[in-house]
Amino acid sequence: MKARFLISRFDLQLDTTPRLQEYSVDVPKGSTVLECLNIIKWTQDGTLTFRMSCRSAICGSCAMRLNGHAKLACKTQLSDVLIDGAVTVEPLGNFKVIKDLVVDMEPFWASLKRVKPWLKPDESVEYERERLQSIEGYKKIEDASTCILCASCYSDCNVLSVDERFLGPATLAKAQRFVYDSRDCDAEERLEYLGGANGVWDCTHCAECSTRCPTDAKPLERITELKAASMAHRIHGNNGARHVLAFRESIPGKYPGTGGGMINENYIPLRSVGIFNISGLLDLIPVGLRMFMRGKQPPMMPHYIKKFPEIRKMFSRFKEYLK
Amino acid sequence: MTHDVVIVGAGLAGLNAAIQLAGKVDVAIVTKVYPSRSHSGAAQGGVAAAVANLESDDTPELHMYDTIKGSDYLGDQDAIEIMVNEAPETVIEMERLGCVFSRDEEGRIAQRAFGGHSRKRSCYAADRTGHSLLHALFEQSMKHDANLTVYSEYFLLSLIYKEGVARGVVMMNILTGDIEVIRAKAVLFATGGYGRAFEITSNAFANTGDGIVAAYRQGIPLQDMECVQFHPTGLYGVGILVSEAARGEGGYLLNGKGERFMEKYAPSKMELAPRDIVSRSEQTEINEGRGINGENYVHIDLRHLGRETILERLPQIRQLGIDFLGIDCIEEPLPIQPTAHYSMGGIPVNHDCQVVVDQSGTPARGFFSAGECACVSVHGANRLGTNSLLEALVFGKRAGKAILKYVQSAEFEDVNENEEIANARKSLDDLLSSASTESANEIRTSLKETMMWKCGVFRDKEKLEQALETVLELSARYKNIRIADKGKVFNTELQEALELGNLLEFSEVIVRGALAREESRGAHFRTDFPKRDDEQWMKHTLAYKGPDGSLQFKYKPVIITRYQPEERKY
Repeated sequence: MKARFLISRFDLQLDTTPRLQEYSVDVPKGSTVLECLNIIKWTQDGTLTFRMSCRSAICGSCAMRLNGHAKLACKTQLSDVLIDGAVTVEPLGNFKVIKDLVVDMEPFWASLKRVKPWLKPDESVEYERERLQSIEGYKKIEDASTCILCASCYSDCNVLSVDERFLGPATLAKAQRFVYDSRDCDAEERLEYLGGANGVWDCTHCAECSTRCPTDAKPLERITELKAASMAHRIHGNNGARHVLAFRESIPGKYPGTGGGMINENYIPLRSVGIFNISGLLDLIPVGLRMFMRGKQPPMMPHYIKKFPEIRKMFSRFKEYLK
Repeated sequence: MTHDVVIVGAGLAGLNAAIQLAGKVDVAIVTKVYPSRSHSGAAQGGVAAAVANLESDDTPELHMYDTIKGSDYLGDQDAIEIMVNEAPETVIEMERLGCVFSRDEEGRIAQRAFGGHSRKRSCYAADRTGHSLLHALFEQSMKHDANLTVYSEYFLLSLIYKEGVARGVVMMNILTGDIEVIRAKAVLFATGGYGRAFEITSNAFANTGDGIVAAYRQGIPLQDMECVQFHPTGLYGVGILVSEAARGEGGYLLNGKGERFMEKYAPSKMELAPRDIVSRSEQTEINEGRGINGENYVHIDLRHLGRETILERLPQIRQLGIDFLGIDCIEEPLPIQPTAHYSMGGIPVNHDCQVVVDQSGTPARGFFSAGECACVSVHGANRLGTNSLLEALVFGKRAGKAILKYVQSAEFEDVNENEEIANARKSLDDLLSSASTESANEIRTSLKETMMWKCGVFRDKEKLEQALETVLELSARYKNIRIADKGKVFNTELQEALELGNLLEFSEVIVRGALAREESRGAHFRTDFPKRDDEQWMKHTLAYKGPDGSLQFKYKPVIITRYQPEERKY
């Protein structure tokens, strides 16, 4: 089968920006993209450079962007990504390119270390045997434990593309693995850190990470679990948690001007930033002014919905959950 | 650069040694891939230990006997005894460090059956046990970040070893192409196996025996290199591993006639006979025309296990079948064939993982080795499934402890860094500037085919002599290979060429060792000498590279303590 490969080439010593080079290859049926790249490297152009190792989707070396989205080259059948007989192959996004498809992974490893990704057990207990963990307890950390640190999620994360300080999906999935581990006794402190700047609340739920994830780690689901754990532990001293509380207070109506099943959009930003957070509130002024100029400011007094049984039902279940 | 200890390799053995040393001495790890990419992570089915969670009558003694019998009596019984005795505490220690394990109803580590083991003693994390263990140790290495220097993506060029003392390593920084020297009081090689020399292999691209060859080139012998394990269930055509757990959970092997052919070869153990026996049985079926549609493969059928069991216990295997062959094992059987899998041979070491250079066990000062690249020898001529992760953990830890003791009284020995760098630079430049046109790809392909089909599951004198001729011819051609990439930064073409040099070097040792060993034992099977010959061959091969490049063999006896050799039947 003939296929065309448009591959991003970049050599620090020769190029200022990456260029696409086209290769035409005759490949056997059933080939993976990695097998094709090796055919090119070994028979056409030895200078083509990429990382690889296990070729069985467990080591995480060969993540790259195929037609614009991150995938493991070793577990992707060429036929699944060919469009009109061609595929575009580029290095992972959100990283600095070193050469061709090889990127500088250091920021990824550095991010991982920020969440102290190791078990912090209760050291005061002496055990003869293994610590016990129920099957349900194992299930809570099983998905996160399948992460192979391939950085596909990091590549396609929309938050990282505008803010490189964000901890990123893989790191947060790794953090979930410890927060939810029945053997770890540092959940509180971990959640305090994760709830802070650049943590779980910076995620915008675009779901790119889970879509690109080649395993069951599915970072967005893990991030959601971290947020739930954060609220359950009543770690409320951050904008993200206050934002959640603001919704909870605004819709059923805890304070004057709120309630009626509607979101009070004047109340939410104030509550999220913190009523006594003067500098934070001042930061809101330009946004508020721009909204006002464009006629987008919410009404001062919200309309009320007469009957909102569905919303009531949601909130009563939410209350039960919090118990 | 100077570190008290330099460890080459960041799989289970290297990392477990490193965390024994971190914070106590200045320790560095050199690895050509990031630690979490190490091939230990590809191990699937489990790690053996008589923790007796599932079968309360399991003991280290039973584990010891199973391992000795599995090794076809080439394993050293004193080393095996150490491994099985330390197995339960080692696995429990990994759990306490945070490793994620599957659990039984009572919350203990779950266990399952594995080939050649008389009890269900494989402790597992679904079908990604190696991954789970590797990541637990990688996490620990990050915990020790301040006390552990990791040189990721550095390629080992040579071992600095003079007058019987290891003094450091020469390596290439893959990112910059620079050659750098690390001087050390002690060097540990934990560089993994050498399965990449075979056409059908479960091994990663990285498993090119770099450490083994670096030692061999310094006159250190290599032990039992002819013993290469072929795993019975490699995905057809690509060799990617389908864990033995698939049979441990009850999978059937079927030939082209739909028969469970293991009935003929190992009636009591059936599919759970040791790997060498199952691989030979498969290959016999294939050779005699009973492959599926007469082709070069048989089937593993998991359908009767049911969807739920497959999804819960073998999820990765199912995904591999879907991704690489487009076959869902819930619906259809998977086509499989024997695949080069594990290297029983390697650098000879004593129980403290210190390298020994002769038959009488004289240690090399400052030089240690552990894991698959070492030969201690706990696997003899055939390794049992789940004993490899165990060996890497137990002996990695022992190496760490022994090195800690060793470096207390050791000094940095003289190293002429400039000379080391200049020599390495020259050999790389020679490779790069070669004006010839030999294709590395052709040489590698030819080598891998030759090793697979002439030095593989079934061997004989004629095929091995042909293999030797081919290997020598390819080695001659290798001197004139052409490398198109002349750049310094991330030159993977150059790295692959260096790795090919390593493949060629140790392949000659494998073939010559197989030619010399005129018997059949474990994974080494000679159709012209189909019986085990304890009188002549109950001994370990030691292969030396002479100063003139020629290869010499010496032999040393197998250590027998408790179990006298007997016929191996399953």
